[in-house]
Amino acid sequence: MKILAICGTGLGSSFMLEMNVQQILSELGISGIEVDHCDLSSATPDSADLFIAAKDIATGMGHLGEVIVIDSIIDMDGLRAKLQEVLQQKGLL
Amino acid sequence: MGERILKLMMDILSQPAVLIALISLVGLIIQKKPTSEIVKGTTKTFLGFLVISAGAGIITQSLDPFGKMFQHAFNVTGVVPNNEAIVAVALNEFGSTTAFIMFFGMIANILIARFTRLKYIFLTGHHTLYMACMLAVILVVSGLKGIPLIIIGSLALGLIMAVFPAICQPIMRKITGNNNVGFGHFSSLGYVASGLIGKLVGKGSRSTEEINFPKGLGFLRDSSVTISLTMVVLYVIIALFAGPSYVEQELSNGSHYLVFSIIQGVTFAAGVFIILSGVRLVLAEIVPAFKGISTKLVPNSKPALDCPIVFPYAPNAVLIGFFSSFAGGIVGMVILALTGSVIILPGVVPHFFTGATAGVFGNATGGVRGATVGSFVNGLLITFLPVFLMPVLGDLGFVSTTFSDADFAVSGIVLGNVAKSFGATGVTITVVGLVLLAVVFGFFKKNKDSNNSQKLGV
Repeated sequence: MKILAICGTGLGSSFMLEMNVQQILSELGISGIEVDHCDLSSATPDSADLFIAAKDIATGMGHLGEVIVIDSIIDMDGLRAKLQEVLQQKGLL
Repeated sequence: MGERILKLMMDILSQPAVLIALISLVGLIIQKKPTSEIVKGTTKTFLGFLVISAGAGIITQSLDPFGKMFQHAFNVTGVVPNNEAIVAVALNEFGSTTAFIMFFGMIANILIARFTRLKYIFLTGHHTLYMACMLAVILVVSGLKGIPLIIIGSLALGLIMAVFPAICQPIMRKITGNNNVGFGHFSSLGYVASGLIGKLVGKGSRSTEEINFPKGLGFLRDSSVTISLTMVVLYVIIALFAGPSYVEQELSNGSHYLVFSIIQGVTFAAGVFIILSGVRLVLAEIVPAFKGISTKLVPNSKPALDCPIVFPYAPNAVLIGFFSSFAGGIVGMVILALTGSVIILPGVVPHFFTGATAGVFGNATGGVRGATVGSFVNGLLITFLPVFLMPVLGDLGFVSTTFSDADFAVSGIVLGNVAKSFGATGVTITVVGLVLLAVVFGFFKKNKDSNNSQKLGV
């Protein structure tokens, strides 16, 4: 499984988001999930199984499939809750 | 034999791609990563640097005819500020120096956060890279060489990485409502100016978030689309002024001048797209290592993060800020056209990111009025500052593009002009003096704090 964090230029925010996702995954004791980050233009529906972005950019992501939208990239608790929910649905947790 | 080994060492150190790969190798080994990840990470960093140089070639190829057309049409130099473009071009010549300054500058940032009151770890890696590159250019032009060049550059970078987030923090606290994260994006002076102006003009103005605003400009966040569209518009306008005969005879090899311009405009965006992928590869291993090491060594530090972290706090201010800053850019351009010898064209990307952020800062202190006036001033700032930066960049002042954000310009203008008046010694004294000042200031404050807590009986 692959998770892709997205932001406008794919440099700063999405990178922080990727590192936060990785931290949460290791806290939850989940391994084997690839996490990466990129810009909005480069993201295609087949480039990952799950996409994550902050709400200010989420309107441009409708074509991507399964998207987790978080309020702010610094909100670790919100990210953890949403990530846990999706991983439970997928039976990974 | 010994000579050959020395040559090998020198050649390795003068190849920025190899150097940056070595830095990432060291980072991965320190983190005790498994061998497969060490090999993968090191190779990716190596690859990333070469990708950036490839993008630089494309950018130069697209900017060269742009500069010529502009010169022909208006008899002045036209400049499109774009960090990626200028950095990629500069890395061809200043790559090794940049890599060294970036590596030791991050260490300096950790040390400064550890031993002064500037507790900020600057995590916006691409801006660290761009600032390292800008410093490399300024300091080499000033006459510094060898080890002093690296030491002064790294100290300056470390200080810049801690000082600018500190300047933003009072308003940042107001925006986020807590003191946990810092703000790390090198246009801080524009944002703080916007915040202060908001305080001055914004009395009684309601928050931008109380108005109902049409959404739907989300596509502006898609930077490759935005760059393509703006560069095509700029290119076509300038081609119309330059005229078909000049373009077709001198530049386009006979193909239709408007078709040529559209292709060149999108080519610029293609170059930036490639550079961005390269930068992403270069930073992929370095930033997490930096984050991990800094949280271990300076546990009470605040991470300073990229500008979009403030966007969700005031989405309407983001839009108002962009439009207002862009308007400032256009007004600034007209003023330059009437007076100056260089015209700075408004780029949509810098005005979007810095204008939007200035909007959020202005809104935090002065509502709608603060956001509007504050980001307009930001637009003027990022238009006029490059005019003063370009003369101190040496040969790089002539490439039709330059650094786009305020802190690059201000740091460069200050150091560059100190260098012009007082030479390399002047720059050395200035940088070392400022670092000492930060340390001493932190020391006294610390004493005062502990005195205070003693008085309170804590």
